[in-house]
Amino acid sequence: MRLVIIGNGITGVTCAVAVRRLNPEARITLVSAESAHHYSRTALMYVYMGHLRPQDIKPYEDWFWAENRLELVHASATLLNTEEQLLVLDNGTTLAYDQLLLATGSASKLYGWPGQHLAGVQGLYNLPDLQAMTRDTHGISRGVVVGGGLIGVELAEMLHSRGIETLVLVREARYWAGVLPPEEAQLVDRQFQENHVTVRYRTELREILGDTQGRVRAVVTTAGEEIACQWVGLATGVAPNLGLALTSNVETDRGILVDEYLRTNVPNVFAAGDCAQFRRPASGEVPIEQLWYTGRMQGETVAHTICGHPTPYRRGVWFNSAKFFNLEYQTYGQAPAGPTPGLTSFYWEHPSARGALRIYFRSEAPHAVVGFNAMGLRLRQAVCEHWIQQATAVATVMAQLGKANFDPEFFPQHENTIVKAFNQQFPQQPVVLKHRKGLFNFTKR
Amino acid sequence: MTPTLATPPLPTSSPAEKLSLAAVAAGVLALVLALADADAARQQTWLYLALGLVSAGTLAWSWLKFGQKPAGVHQNNLWLRASTGRGAVAWVTGLVLTGFYVVLYWYSGDDGRGNFGPLNNLVHGLDDFSQWLRARPADQWFLYGTFYTLAILLMGTRALWKYRHSRYQLIRTGSVMFFQLGFAFIIPGLLQFFQQPEFYFTYFWPLKYEYLFPGTVTGLVHNGGVGMFMVFWGAVMSFLATPVLTYFYGKRWYCSWVCGCGGLAETAGDPYRQLSDKSRAAWRWEVRLIYPILGLIIAITVLLWANFALNSTLLGEAGNVGAKWYGFAIGAVFSGVIGVGFYPILGSRVWCRFGCPMAAYLGLLQKHFSRFRISTNGGQCISCGNCSNVCEMGIDVKQYAQRGAPIVRASCVGCGLCSTACPRGVLNLENGPREGRYQSSQLIHADSLRILS
Ligand SMILES: Cc1cc2nc3c(=O)[nH]c(=O)nc-3n(C[C@H](O)[C@H](O)[C@H](O)COP(=O)(O)OP(=O)(O)OC[C@H]3O[C@@H](n4cnc5c(N)ncnc54)[C@H](O)[C@@H]3O)c2cc1C
Ligand code: SF4
Repeated sequence: MRLVIIGNGITGVTCAVAVRRLNPEARITLVSAESAHHYSRTALMYVYMGHLRPQDIKPYEDWFWAENRLELVHASATLLNTEEQLLVLDNGTTLAYDQLLLATGSASKLYGWPGQHLAGVQGLYNLPDLQAMTRDTHGISRGVVVGGGLIGVELAEMLHSRGIETLVLVREARYWAGVLPPEEAQLVDRQFQENHVTVRYRTELREILGDTQGRVRAVVTTAGEEIACQWVGLATGVAPNLGLALTSNVETDRGILVDEYLRTNVPNVFAAGDCAQFRRPASGEVPIEQLWYTGRMQGETVAHTICGHPTPYRRGVWFNSAKFFNLEYQTYGQAPAGPTPGLTSFYWEHPSARGALRIYFRSEAPHAVVGFNAMGLRLRQAVCEHWIQQATAVATVMAQLGKANFDPEFFPQHENTIVKAFNQQFPQQPVVLKHRKGLFNFTKR
Repeated sequence: MTPTLATPPLPTSSPAEKLSLAAVAAGVLALVLALADADAARQQTWLYLALGLVSAGTLAWSWLKFGQKPAGVHQNNLWLRASTGRGAVAWVTGLVLTGFYVVLYWYSGDDGRGNFGPLNNLVHGLDDFSQWLRARPADQWFLYGTFYTLAILLMGTRALWKYRHSRYQLIRTGSVMFFQLGFAFIIPGLLQFFQQPEFYFTYFWPLKYEYLFPGTVTGLVHNGGVGMFMVFWGAVMSFLATPVLTYFYGKRWYCSWVCGCGGLAETAGDPYRQLSDKSRAAWRWEVRLIYPILGLIIAITVLLWANFALNSTLLGEAGNVGAKWYGFAIGAVFSGVIGVGFYPILGSRVWCRFGCPMAAYLGLLQKHFSRFRISTNGGQCISCGNCSNVCEMGIDVKQYAQRGAPIVRASCVGCGLCSTACPRGVLNLENGPREGRYQSSQLIHADSLRILS
């Protein structure tokens, strides 16, 4: 079998590694325009901030590819001919395949703002973006970030690390309003304040103004305010990268359309990761998943199908994590941002505003737990997932809370106060804490 | 890959930060004056002025740099600064440190008339202090011990501010400061004050190899009750306490909580931890060096005891000659000159990783007879590499984390920095039961590819 994978991001690479494991004979070629070797996109910010060097964000050392017979082609695929099962590359060569995986990722989404093509205006998705940002923020005094999501806060943190005054424009009334309930968003807002980053909520970008050299000099908000700045970061989301798919008869909508086996409409052509869109997403799930984790899982799944063991994609219990300046965030299961019929949530916050736990459960007895939000606390994924899968009653979860504690040794343990708070909020379900974590971690479950 | 990223202008230091750095620089200047001045009274003044200025400057700088910022991970511009990113400042620092060790080991012995070579003025500057603590004049090792302890205390305080968001780091840093000051400085001094053998209760064979050499043992035993206790202590620590403690807590109970070499690495070496080489090639060198060194010191010890038992005739001088060369090559050149002198270039644990026989011994125990491991939290790793970056032992931690595999490595000293630095809360040091210690998370399907070794 000759497998060609377009894109050496987490999706393409996970698939390649899994296919090598399943089929030692397969000939596997990874084609990517962006970089010679796979690197961690999620770590771009750490390179900018000087925590890491560019070579430190490669998940595998360079010998890995040759030793595992994974061929790397550093080029862009410009044309896909599915009839002849052939790819044309921009280095003048062609590549034939038996099976093809499109793992082309995303591109920054721009909304057609006037001035968005000025120098010093950009998104952050790939290495050229990082290079541009490094160059264009060199020695500037103020930057504006547009967007109240995960990349928005990353950009703010990046600018902040260079001592650049930072202002963030957020369309909604609170940070990441589509995902975080108000209390959690408030904690993130505290982080912005502590780090002296100004956030304008309910404020949108109307226009970007340039100087005579075509460089950004200010932004204008929908409130009509003009804010002088020398750099603008657009963190308003990403959209599937369809460039290659559109040269072929592979069906696309917003993304490359796939069934639950990650197969496109064309035989032997698959798509996975950021670029794929499920025709019929499972209930409660989104059609396009743009995460590192989901890319890895889709890459793994599609490898099985490619190797002749058709395997539907089952994401399992949702999880995600992030860090807002100094505040860590983890979420498991169903954790909606606002009131949801049939769901109740219990919320506890540490007086320092650096820690919080929210547990979502069904309003009707036996009050099965469906999700968690943790801020500034670390939860054990396997335990949370188990509770959610087993529809464990919230009273049981509260009593066993210590089992999910993944904080390092000697950290303050809040189970007692959390249970007390729960008993106050839900006196009808009295809980006695049975399982604390104890001084040392013992992995017994 | 490796895009060319121009080094940005680093944020300028505040006037207060500049002032504190100026105090450190003035302290170094005062030290040079102490070395150069011919007048004995002034030498002492310069020396104390130097220690005062360096201490005050370091503390003030750490407080401004870390104590004044919100608690959290502070790594900004780590690789971009010349001092911590192998720039010119790092090379100069490395040269000065290396030079200091060379002079200390080979050119500052007492010439019999109380002259300690180039470091003479500094040694005598500490005479009063040494009289007070040990009831005897200072020598070059007392000077070294004083500097060493001061470095751990000052840079330890820096670490306390820097890592104050992590109680594990606070307690661990407090522990190395305590053991250095109490067990490696004050107690040996007091022992001498009371005319007892100078003894370090926190160093054991095979690191402090001579403690179980026949010469030392017989010397101590002849000393009487205290000496007997020291021999007993040394043997129990090496052969009983070490395996037991390592079984329960891993090698960290010693390497990053008690040991003085580890103590220096965790405090003074903290700005350099990221410099350790994470490549597979470096790991191979580690294995090639550290186990033979352990074998060597075991062989020398056995030889010496055989000689002792057979009254030194059969095997001639082999044991003694071996011990002498080992002391030179491993005890001095490797652990001192390279181990500490190269901090700013090779990272802070070069000796611990490539050379220390105690680390080799503890590592074998940790790998095969211990409950310790670093667990990874399900599928939460984003392969960002922060954990590998801060690993002073050069373990490529993310190789394990991104596969959901627990980290069970002989070299891990359990400093916990990977767990502290991980932005996704993936890593946790745990002492679980031994069964299932190697079990990977079910949430990532660990691939069986040859990623390691
Ligand atoms: C700054 C940033 C931070 C993030 N942080 C997180 C996080 O903390 N957690 C999380 O879960 N997710 C995070 N994400 C999202 C996550 O990185 C993506 O979901 C993931 O990288 C997608 O992987 P992929 O393999 O599907 O695509 P990509 O990583 O985008 O890889 C696709 C590759 O294909 C190449 N390519 C495309 N078309 C062609 C062609 N025609 N020819 C050749 N090569 C081509 C592209 O150049 C690219 O290198 C972050 C994203 C960004 C940008
Ligand atoms: S374990 Fe944490 S620090 Fe290490 S690579 Fe994974 S996410 Fe990054």
